[in-house]
Amino acid sequence: MIQADLSVILPEIVLALYAMGALLGAVYTGKDKLAGPLVWSTAGLMVVLAIFIASQPGDTRIAFNGMFVDDGFARFAKAAILVSAAVVLVIGQDYMARRDMLRFEYPILIALCAVGMMTMVSAGDLMALYMGLELQSLALYVVASLRRDSAKSTEAGLKYFVLGALSSGLLLYGASLVYGFAGSTKFADIITVAEHGHVTVGLLFGLVFLISGMAFKVSAAPFHMWTPDVYEGSPTPVTAFFATAPKVAAMGLFARVLFDAFGAAISDWQQVIAVLSVLSMFLGAVAAIGQRNIKRLMAYSSIAHMGYALIGLAAGTEQGIAAMLTYMVIYVTMNVGTFAFILMLEKDGKPVTDIYALNQFASRAPGKALAVLILLFSLAGVPPMLGFFAKFGVWQAGIEAELMTLVIASAVASVIGAFYYLRIVFFMYFGEETGDVETNGSPILSVALTVSAALMLVGLVYQFGIDSAAASAAATLVK
Amino acid sequence: MSVFAFYLFAISAITGGLFTVISRQPVHSVLWLILAFISSAGLFVLLGAEFVAMLLVIVYVGAVAVLFLFVVMMLDVDFAELKAEMAKYMPIALLIALVILMQFVMAFGHWDAAQGASDLLAHPVPSDRHNTEALGLIIYDQYFLLFQLSGLILLVAMIGAIVLTLRHRTDVKRQDVVAQMMRDPAKAMELKDIKPGQGL
Repeated sequence: MIQADLSVILPEIVLALYAMGALLGAVYTGKDKLAGPLVWSTAGLMVVLAIFIASQPGDTRIAFNGMFVDDGFARFAKAAILVSAAVVLVIGQDYMARRDMLRFEYPILIALCAVGMMTMVSAGDLMALYMGLELQSLALYVVASLRRDSAKSTEAGLKYFVLGALSSGLLLYGASLVYGFAGSTKFADIITVAEHGHVTVGLLFGLVFLISGMAFKVSAAPFHMWTPDVYEGSPTPVTAFFATAPKVAAMGLFARVLFDAFGAAISDWQQVIAVLSVLSMFLGAVAAIGQRNIKRLMAYSSIAHMGYALIGLAAGTEQGIAAMLTYMVIYVTMNVGTFAFILMLEKDGKPVTDIYALNQFASRAPGKALAVLILLFSLAGVPPMLGFFAKFGVWQAGIEAELMTLVIASAVASVIGAFYYLRIVFFMYFGEETGDVETNGSPILSVALTVSAALMLVGLVYQFGIDSAAASAAATLVK
Repeated sequence: MSVFAFYLFAISAITGGLFTVISRQPVHSVLWLILAFISSAGLFVLLGAEFVAMLLVIVYVGAVAVLFLFVVMMLDVDFAELKAEMAKYMPIALLIALVILMQFVMAFGHWDAAQGASDLLAHPVPSDRHNTEALGLIIYDQYFLLFQLSGLILLVAMIGAIVLTLRHRTDVKRQDVVAQMMRDPAKAMELKDIKPGQGL
């Protein structure tokens, strides 16, 4: 019994044991001198685990009395989480090392955070959900204030912590209401209760609180307040991490709860998700216009993108979930490239985040400017790039689910949002005075930027099986 | 009798909670909080959960609340200023609280547990076992995964506290235990024979 259970959570056990072993090893030997090698070994282990998870047979396995579900959906999300966490660890290493921020605890905290994220997407019980969420969030709060002598970084960590605790409170309150009305914390039991009779008001009440808590974690409006400050204040490699793996995990958790526990009440939560989606898209598009700081801009961009991904969830269909998963993978790929570029920007050894400094960038570094142009077009959803097809996928799912208003609203929001991406392109190519930003940093950053931009074009022809994998993953979630 | 005890504990828990929020002195807030904890412990005893009740008293009253007291006394935070800041948001906070309260009344007004929910309710205290044993069986068997995950969360909390606060001072002379133990007595001291009337 226990052996079968343990074999289901083998990847999580390996990663947790690795983190503890690495912690002990580093404390007793080289301390921060070992940080560089630890980053590489953590990233390597994550990639190996991702390959292991992706190569698992396609059946659904349930462990620990239904607390932990390992199905196609969980495996897809876990592979995406692990690969993106590994890539972000590697591209941030040089930046942190040069600014004396690379401490050996950083890769270890990211590894433990990944364990939390893997638990989130596999949760089969409200308590397991909460444990995974807290493990992930606590590690994120710490890495946000990693640059502890900077007031902004400390502020980011503290703000994230306080607001995160508030959202956890909302989520827990919702979970207790659901437990009170359904009589069980297990998703499998909740869905049978919801199928049996009508969904009671109390259950819906709990669901709304649960959704609020989770919307905070994906930074969907109106629960987005923390995002710009935390993105701006955290060290840039940490910001890059915030914008990738945790978003996939939180979206995965969102889909997991809504379908595994409340799949019988789609019509009840559909409008809630649709409202969150519309608010996020418009807020992300409009509020970013006034921003000069590229990290704040990316924060608003992430709020808007979460809105588009939520359309897939609001559709409530298998197609919608597949589109949402594909959207997240494409979004993460774009973000890795964009953040690799942001990590390169500096002047006299100091990081630069002002977008006006990019004036005439194209005349100095035409290759990099072209790659950034492709990525920004893709983020804006301009047709020839892959980012457009991500949006197209969720729109299709929305139309099939007869959410025409939502789709039209999102098309309008995406046109408004395109303005601030294209403005950066304008500065780079046609900016007035000469900006004075330099690009510096390890060749890894250039590789990440080039590969990510190239994928935006290659993806049009060949998608590396992502769309079919997402479709079969969605099929295991939506029954 | 037990109904009387329930209302007694319930009212003192609510009073404690209310005064924790509204009392002016932070130290008084902590003391009211202790009252709220102890009353909740009483409620747990009424439910037949003695072990949880004792845990609440020992952990929350004994450790956490005392820690709060120390923090409040040692950190010189100007709570009056914080409160003035808060007062600006009072009207909107009251409005939101009112809306949520009305929604609660609607939700609880026709409390209606879902069909089949009562069958699913777990019965954590079987009659043939005492409290501690029953809890142990649940935590280390049914909730084994959750127990281990909470361990990981505490580990992250510990690493986080160290990462954010530990500063290594390089200008301090530290004790080197190995070097001390490996000292050779023959080399540690040099004996000089000094003749009377002569310097070294």
